Amino acid sequence: MATPSYATRGERIWHYVFLGLCALIFLFLVGPLLVIIPLSFNAQPYFTFSQEMLALDPAGYSLRWYEDFFTSSAWLNAIKNSFIVGIASTILATILGTVAALGLSSRHMPARSAIMALLISPMIVPLIISAAAMFFFFSKVNLAQTYLGVVLAHTVLGIPFVVITVTATLSSFDTTLIRAAHSLGANPARTFFKVVLPLVTPGVVSGALFAFITSFDEVVVVLFLAGPEQRTMPIQMWSGIREQISPTILAVATLLVLLSMLLLTTLELLRRRSERLRGVSPG
Amino acid sequence: MSESSAIPLTTADGIPLKTSLRRAVRRSRIRAFLLVSPLLLFLVVAFVMPIADMLWRSVDNPEVSTQLSRTAAALEGWDGESLPGEEVFAALAEDLRVGQEARNLGLLSSRLNYEKSGMRSTINRTARGLRTLDPPYKEALIAANTTWGERDTWQILQRETSPWTLSYYLAAVDRQLSPAGDIVKVPAHLEIHVSLFWRTLWMSLVITALTLLLGYPIAFLLASLPLRYSNLLLILVLLPFWTSLLVRTTTWIAILQSQGILNDLMVALGVIADDARWQMIHNKTGTIVAMTHILLPFMILPLYSVMKTISPSYMRAARSLGGRPFLCFRRVYFPLTLPGIAAGGILVFILSIGYYITPALVGGQSGRFITNTIAYHMQTSLNWGLAAAIASILLFVVVVCYLVFNRLIGVDKVKLG
Repeated sequence: MATPSYATRGERIWHYVFLGLCALIFLFLVGPLLVIIPLSFNAQPYFTFSQEMLALDPAGYSLRWYEDFFTSSAWLNAIKNSFIVGIASTILATILGTVAALGLSSRHMPARSAIMALLISPMIVPLIISAAAMFFFFSKVNLAQTYLGVVLAHTVLGIPFVVITVTATLSSFDTTLIRAAHSLGANPARTFFKVVLPLVTPGVVSGALFAFITSFDEVVVVLFLAGPEQRTMPIQMWSGIREQISPTILAVATLLVLLSMLLLTTLELLRRRSERLRGVSPG
Repeated sequence: MSESSAIPLTTADGIPLKTSLRRAVRRSRIRAFLLVSPLLLFLVVAFVMPIADMLWRSVDNPEVSTQLSRTAAALEGWDGESLPGEEVFAALAEDLRVGQEARNLGLLSSRLNYEKSGMRSTINRTARGLRTLDPPYKEALIAANTTWGERDTWQILQRETSPWTLSYYLAAVDRQLSPAGDIVKVPAHLEIHVSLFWRTLWMSLVITALTLLLGYPIAFLLASLPLRYSNLLLILVLLPFWTSLLVRTTTWIAILQSQGILNDLMVALGVIADDARWQMIHNKTGTIVAMTHILLPFMILPLYSVMKTISPSYMRAARSLGGRPFLCFRRVYFPLTLPGIAAGGILVFILSIGYYITPALVGGQSGRFITNTIAYHMQTSLNWGLAAAIASILLFVVVVCYLVFNRLIGVDKVKLG
């Protein structure tokens, strides 16, 4: 963004002030995430930079919190639970959500907007309310404190993301491609696997990623619904922050920041692939 | 026209085209609905029914009518003026005896304790002492516990025989029913909910305003840069969006706490003395800073998607017509971004009033939200009816905002990332 040639001096100054402000806001956005990465290598059990760290003395740095994390049975168990719940609920949410999105993108879908509003609502209703409601209801049917209960709850929370991304992908889907495939002699199954699926897959995968990260990062519902056996990683972090705040949390946080970078890259690649397949050039 | 009405168009197998078309449409409607129905069914069972159950629980009042069923029946004809007669006391003694044997008086005594403090111990003590009690029960019960000789007690008992109650909602707005049935304020030291509701709304508005203030320039910058740069900068917005909420909250604890990075930096720079460190966490400041950071992407993304569609030629046209930059911005560009402001604002506000984790971790006492009270009544005080009532009120506020959002923007337009 350059200033136009007719800009006055005052406007130019304002332009640079504006860029400076934006830089500060970006620092506010990303800085906190970057600051914890070096802190997680702290040799001291503190949440702040020690003198040795600031002097770049190797003695000030250590991997002890990572070691702590990878040798602690509580943390490892929590990771295992997070993956079990995350993967199971993602599979459920992706299947149900994709099938529903196929129906929703039909021109003849009755009561489309009302149904859409209902399907999106788990994203809008505050988590604490969903958690309380599910706790009351799941206790009645003996689903509280079970894996199945937590998985079902997380499926509910992941569904809006799958529905939104897949309907968005389908809305830009060119249905003449299906007719073209038919006219070239492909049977319906071949059309589905060779034409429809490759075009829709990026949307489904990014919806699934959203559903997974929602489950993987979810605290409130698990806090209410899960028993001690279903402790997930966010719960372990939650109690770590509340009770004994140790830099192990920072090591976990760093790993999670790296995970989110990985996910973000995957999504970006998917988006580009989808644009390329559709013949939309990225600007 | 006349010809087609005389000889209706038919398909190859002789069915009129209209009928055939209608059939095809109906078939595709049914197919579309069948595709959606598994998810709909799942959501109704796993989400709508729990919410409905919670709403029901906020007015449900089964304790007195089931556990004191004999007393309830005996109290039916009572005029509420003088103390009820012997048959009511006898029924109460019988109810309590049955309850004591089944050991299920706990819920009843807690329920009555919400209406009149001291009732928990009254019920428990009376039930334990029943064995030594002989008729006539009226004198015996009043002698055992003077609470039974108060008219209030019986008025409350008679009122609570109703299978549903509004007292949880009244408690959620710091009101209660007097024994005579009037709505009165609770004692001042128990007034917590209304101020918490206001604080939640007020702080959410502050957070929404802050995200708008910080998000608007960023969205503007992203929209006016060429795509290859803006896509790179967008990653800086999306990275926090994708990072675990707990991680972001933890980093703010590390930065803001009194032995944290910011305070250390300020002490090192000599801005503040070592013994006068800023208290920035476990109070309102902590909640507002951390939540502004967490919700900022939800403001930037809708703003950006609106600003992207505003052609730069509008501003150029306005400038060429002689408008000064600020005037052009205020009269031309800003009004065009209002849909984005509405979308981002409502989204951030909805998310903010329902936030639980961050206020609970960094809010301390003064930065607590109403959601923390719901969790408290769910987990600690175990007053689930009150938790359900507060949650229902909050749900109502959120649903109203959601409907406004839906009317203004449309849920279909929600985009992710």
